[in-house]
Amino acid sequence: MSETQTLPDAKAGWFTRLANPTRFIALADRLIPWLLGLAGVLLATGLYMSFTAPEDYQQGITVQIMYIHVPFAWLSMMCYTVMAISSIGTLVWRHPLADVSAKAAAPIGAVFTFLALFTGSVWGKPMWGTWWVWDARLTSVFVLFLMYLGIIALTRAMDDPAKAARAAAIVTLVGFINIPIIKFSVDWWNTLHQPAAVFRMGGPTIDPSMLWPLMIMAVAFTVLFFALHFMAMRTEIWRRRVIAMRRIAARRADA
Amino acid sequence: MLALFIRDLKLGVRAGGGALVGLLFYLAVVAVIPFGVGPDLNLLARIGPAILWIGALLAALLGLDRLFQADREDGALDLVIIARDRHMLALTVFVKCLAHWTASVLPLVIAAPLLGLFMNMTPVGIGAATLTLAAGTPAITFIGAVGAAVAVALPRGGLLVSVLILPFVIPVLIFGVSAAYGAVNDPDPFWPPFLILSALTLFFAVLGPVAAGAALKGGTD
Repeated sequence: MSETQTLPDAKAGWFTRLANPTRFIALADRLIPWLLGLAGVLLATGLYMSFTAPEDYQQGITVQIMYIHVPFAWLSMMCYTVMAISSIGTLVWRHPLADVSAKAAAPIGAVFTFLALFTGSVWGKPMWGTWWVWDARLTSVFVLFLMYLGIIALTRAMDDPAKAARAAAIVTLVGFINIPIIKFSVDWWNTLHQPAAVFRMGGPTIDPSMLWPLMIMAVAFTVLFFALHFMAMRTEIWRRRVIAMRRIAARRADA
Repeated sequence: MLALFIRDLKLGVRAGGGALVGLLFYLAVVAVIPFGVGPDLNLLARIGPAILWIGALLAALLGLDRLFQADREDGALDLVIIARDRHMLALTVFVKCLAHWTASVLPLVIAAPLLGLFMNMTPVGIGAATLTLAAGTPAITFIGAVGAAVAVALPRGGLLVSVLILPFVIPVLIFGVSAAYGAVNDPDPFWPPFLILSALTLFFAVLGPVAAGAALKGGTD
């Protein structure tokens, strides 16, 4: 690990300068309170607007679930994209923070994917009368959830963080290439086995009175994701420092 | 490369009976299904292609961790990685995958018609299932090579490989089973899913070895 590496400030770009963990932690310390505050304000506004938004003429009050369900589903995909970009960073530029970023994003993404599935299930029970249908959309999100869990398991299984990061990066990228194939094949499978679609997500176009709270909630959860991501990255850097310090202390104790 | 293929093939057939165990596992999985769903021959004929495919998928995943494990234990894997300037690593992995497929997965494809008889499938259905298995199982081996390469250094990598790879092989399973059904059930088409299945195999034949080669290179510093 290049934890102690120092770069000349004037020449290096800001992206390369961030490779120094101390500088990144300083930036994260400054950013996190702002991000958290912004997320809090946006969440409060979004929640207030969601609860005051008009009820759907068919779905009634249960349509409120949409204001958290859709942002969760959107974040589950965005988080995987963030992980894929970080993986490219690990493999191509060997950016030390890319390892940390991919590792920190995986559990957050898994939680958001689970929440998307869970809220969808809670919404589905009153609407379709069942907790789960093998619909193409649900199935592909479920497969995405399995991929998150597999990547987390792989990262945990290896002791050396650098090796684990490279292995996880390759699996993440292969998964990223595969996601369109899986999506396409699941669509095919669903139309083949149950020709009559159970429901139509895109159905009627959304009224602005519902669209605005949805947009604000989506932005709020995106900001929240980045705040959590920065916090997780900071924690991961600290954890690696503690491990490194313990090793140094143990070596000194031997001598 | 031909020498590597023959060497791996010989090792795969002789060493430890890995291919035989995979075959027995396939047999056992398919034989257990009627106990679970009941001996109704009509039902078995209907789910037959799916059972053959799931059994072959599980048996193929079971043997995947052996792809690089033996070579890593006797040091041959390090030699292969060191020689990557003379022989492209992805090509070496590709040949190793082919040898592994011939030694461990091809017996499953050959055994499929027999198991199809147990499932009360029609001759056309058996032929279609065997054909789709022959076209689709290489994709499992190629994409599985990524998992095997990533987990080669882990002591209990076998289960992890299966967990990592299962989401990626879902498309193969979907198109394999729908092609096998398409041959028997009249309105459903056979050729479109079969061609997509072949395309998946070709695509994974490129993606799998390249990614597995990168993983092997990264794992042995």
